[in-house]
Amino acid sequence: MTRRLSPFLIAMMVIGFVFLYAPIASVVVYSFNSSRLVTVWAGFSFEWYGALFRNEAIGRAAFISFEVALIAATGALILGTLVAYALARYRRFAGRTLFAAMATAPLVMPEIITGLSLLLLFVALEQATGWPEGRGIVTIAIAHITLGVAFVAVIVEARLSSFNRALEEAALDLGAGPARVFFVITLPLIAPALAAGWLLAFTLSFDDLVIASFTAGPASTTLPMVIFSSVRLGVSPQINALATLILIAVAVLVGGANRLVRVR
Amino acid sequence: MNARRFGVVALPYAWLLLFFLVPFLIVLKISLAHEAVSIPPYTPLFDHGRLVVTGANYLFLLSDALYWRAYLGAIRYAAIATAVTLLLGYPLAYGIARAPARWRGVLLMLVILPFWTSFLIRVYAWIGLLKENGIVNHALLSLGLIDAPLRLINNDFSVILGLVYAYLPFMVLPLYAQLEKLDPALSDAAADLGARPARAFWQVTLPLSLPGIVAGVLLVFIPAVGEFVIPDLLGGPNTLMIGKILWDEFFTNRDWPVAASLAIAMLLLLALPMGLMRRFLRGVA
Repeated sequence: MTRRLSPFLIAMMVIGFVFLYAPIASVVVYSFNSSRLVTVWAGFSFEWYGALFRNEAIGRAAFISFEVALIAATGALILGTLVAYALARYRRFAGRTLFAAMATAPLVMPEIITGLSLLLLFVALEQATGWPEGRGIVTIAIAHITLGVAFVAVIVEARLSSFNRALEEAALDLGAGPARVFFVITLPLIAPALAAGWLLAFTLSFDDLVIASFTAGPASTTLPMVIFSSVRLGVSPQINALATLILIAVAVLVGGANRLVRVR
Repeated sequence: MNARRFGVVALPYAWLLLFFLVPFLIVLKISLAHEAVSIPPYTPLFDHGRLVVTGANYLFLLSDALYWRAYLGAIRYAAIATAVTLLLGYPLAYGIARAPARWRGVLLMLVILPFWTSFLIRVYAWIGLLKENGIVNHALLSLGLIDAPLRLINNDFSVILGLVYAYLPFMVLPLYAQLEKLDPALSDAAADLGARPARAFWQVTLPLSLPGIVAGVLLVFIPAVGEFVIPDLLGGPNTLMIGKILWDEFFTNRDWPVAASLAIAMLLLLALPMGLMRRFLRGVA
């Protein structure tokens, strides 16, 4: 039996999607506007893209953000997978409740509290031990790993609990050691979840303003921090161009990841 | 615990203790310290072996109306935004769940995609749309619908709009997950038994989608309460939210003890919804 959507539902869906995409579309359209005034259309131009590529502050910040996001996503992937494995496979061990609570709490913790508390930790640590010496890429990456671990753990744990464990048991019965079973059987089965988790941790890090603002040092301004200070001064066509490039990158990345997962 | 288990658990456990639990204890400690002209700018917990704590920061928060208004303001903005998000997100999720199967994946992807794009840029986009000489006013003026530009930004309206926009995907996803599981035959059965569509919705569909509503409400309300970027960029001088006040105390006033006690106050406010959320996440897993 086929059911038709009611006109009300169709109307609400149209409204919903227009609401979601109209602001994004306006940024893209006006990034090609040759006028500095954001609302007056004065003709098509790549002018702001040229200005963007000549903007050294943005280039430097983009590079730092990339570096931080690569470290953070990889660190979060390793730790998050360990967390997920422990929670999915070890039903009881000393301190499991605290472990599970700490692993998932960052999911629902306001960023501003995570950022403030990590900064206060870094300051106290430096005072007590001399490490970390000031703040920079390392401290931002540590903060972002801690955030990303929670997201990776949730995604990977869901995958670990959903596939048939008989596969692992069969390999064990056939004489494979636990490490071999993990790398030959488990790892390939959870690979899509690992890819999704890494990508999510990368995006969260690359996009984060609040936690980075607390944990960054003077020489480690990230891209969102540059965008934020520029946006606070008003709308700028260069930021529109930058936003468009980020949108294209995300669409390509998420589309590609989606296809990758589907092929598997 | 055998050696292998220890090998798997020890590293992430140590990491989470050091970078998640200990930082909270430090926030708690600093919220009980005095502000000081030193590096770092607060008094130590132990002075010559004597424990020094003070409730002065909390008393200060209680005595100054600014903090009360910011605290209540955050709850108010977050509650209104959550309600609007639910009203907008429910039909959207329901429509996607009832759409032909070949469309569902694409429609769901379209809801998720904005979540992957920069949060900051999505908030920024509204400035260009809403400001006095922005796109919306420009369009309304040239259509002759208004004579003078409307004041659309730096007020309550723009803050709530920004919150709804930023967190709409968080509402739609859990609602969709719940609604998609519902068998449409249930609505048919209600209709066969003589219920009008509205009654079938209120008595069958809505109660069965309650877990999705709870998850969506919590997923929107919790981050909205702590939001800083949206009140800062889209709000005005009268927009008081606890996250923004905390930011200003820390970065502008450099009063670390007051910022720390604001963080503790915010955690107390969110303890109940966060506890519910954790229980809910565990239920899903």
